[in-house]
Amino acid sequence: MIRTHNLHKRLGRRDVLQGLDLEIERGQRVALIGSNGAGKTTLIRCLLGEYTREGEVTLVGRDPRRFRTEVLRHVGFVPQLPPPLKMPVGQLIRYVASLCAADTRHMIDVAARLGFDAERFRHHPFVRLSGGQKQKLLIATALGRNADILILDEPAANLDPEARSTFFSLLAEREKEAVMLISSHRLDEVAALVNRVVELDQGKVVLDDRVADSVDLTSRLDCHIALTRPEPAFAKAITPWGFSARDDGTAWHGTVAGADRLRFLGMLSRYVALIGALELREIDDRRRSVQDRAHA
Amino acid sequence: MQHLWLTAWTDILESLRAKWFAVYTLVFGSLVVLLFVLGLTESRVMGFTGLSRLMLTYIQLSMAILPIFVLITTVRSLAGDREAGVFEYLLALPVPLASWYWGKLAGRFLMVFTPVFLAMIGALAWGALQGAEIPWKLFGYYTGLLISLSWCFLGIGILISSIAKSVDVAQGAAFIIWLALLLFLDLILLGVMIQQHVPAETAVAIALINPMQVFRTGTMLLFDPQLVMLGPAAYVILDNFGSTGYMAFALLYPVALGTLTAWVGYLVFRRGDQI
Repeated sequence: MIRTHNLHKRLGRRDVLQGLDLEIERGQRVALIGSNGAGKTTLIRCLLGEYTREGEVTLVGRDPRRFRTEVLRHVGFVPQLPPPLKMPVGQLIRYVASLCAADTRHMIDVAARLGFDAERFRHHPFVRLSGGQKQKLLIATALGRNADILILDEPAANLDPEARSTFFSLLAEREKEAVMLISSHRLDEVAALVNRVVELDQGKVVLDDRVADSVDLTSRLDCHIALTRPEPAFAKAITPWGFSARDDGTAWHGTVAGADRLRFLGMLSRYVALIGALELREIDDRRRSVQDRAHA
Repeated sequence: MQHLWLTAWTDILESLRAKWFAVYTLVFGSLVVLLFVLGLTESRVMGFTGLSRLMLTYIQLSMAILPIFVLITTVRSLAGDREAGVFEYLLALPVPLASWYWGKLAGRFLMVFTPVFLAMIGALAWGALQGAEIPWKLFGYYTGLLISLSWCFLGIGILISSIAKSVDVAQGAAFIIWLALLLFLDLILLGVMIQQHVPAETAVAIALINPMQVFRTGTMLLFDPQLVMLGPAAYVILDNFGSTGYMAFALLYPVALGTLTAWVGYLVFRRGDQI
């Protein structure tokens, strides 16, 4: 689906990409990681045909610069920074849907699943939405059409835990038929989403590893936390994850998206001295639905 | 074609929401109001009075304002969009580059020309209500000249935007080009050159390639057919073109120059990094 061979890109006096070879097949979910200046964004721009380059780049067997419309019809792209578009939400959705021959209804539905009511905000300028709302809308326009190559640059950075959980489910719906290239500065942000990790450093691939594909993107974890004492800072940090307190604020309970467990544990690690007990248990949805039916 | 019009329409809507367009419209609207307030329709110069006199002044002022306005707003918004990541997102959508580029140019042209034209129409309507005679020939020719000048500087502006990678560079280049063209008007540097005994052919050649001078000379032709105000250079122009020939040249040359620069801009845009 995606292939680069001996890819070079020079920006000014700097060789940003230095002979990059990469092949990504259907069904692969690749984390593209590396520090600032490693070449991640440059690689993405070469894949999108926005940069000239030396060497070979093909998506679905075609050069994105020579066959840009044919290639880009397959691509759903979410940029790292939302563009400062003044156009209203409704117009942006119509514009993208019209170019991609997609259904606006589908994009609006995806936005709604992520917790963004695009109908309500249809006259609202995109640039005046909050960071999270912009991100949700951009994800909706990328996933709300038949794109089988998803190029996502820090896609979940601005999302709240609930929206992240939905986002993982949306990716799970495509995991068999699509290629996903997910760029991030930090592996822990995307580790649970992917089955392959490619690390760039100074324009070269320094690590290319297949990782165990054991995390179900739709799974959820039931979580109980006991604190040694109530702590307002902890309460402030865990409330956005949808957790609620019992007793005097020393016992907390909630659910976490399976793919988000590393990020969640990263957040907890800041309060490790406070934690007296921690339990994370995967929820078996099939068993739960049987129990629910029996209970009903 | 559908993608071209879609891009043009999107650019029109974006421009309508932009501050530059509000200021631009306000400037040309205020200009006409100011000319009425100053009682210009009542004054007489070289036999011109009423709406003809007003349009003459309006068109001369447009020559001073329109090019720099078009250049700066075009390069600021396009280079600004590129710098801010708008191009990165929108060009990742399956829109053909030609449709994107020419659609943006078409949309921008409408937005640049419409306020100038509407201000002129407003002046005519107000004049007609006051009982003044409408100079249709002058109106038609000046409309053509305004289209020509707008297109020319839009072409130059979009070429600069294609080459320059940052707003600062684009804005600086636009200003220098405008200043150079301004200096080569007959009023300033050409006068000095003639005083310094530069051959008349050289001075006229410079005047003929400078779109601002071509526009200025074109506007003069209707009220000064012998181009007395232009001095000896008038003989070279009238001998080579004739009055009608030069009027046609004044309409066509800036359009050709704008199209050429826009086309070169397109080649640069298509062959280079788009963001």
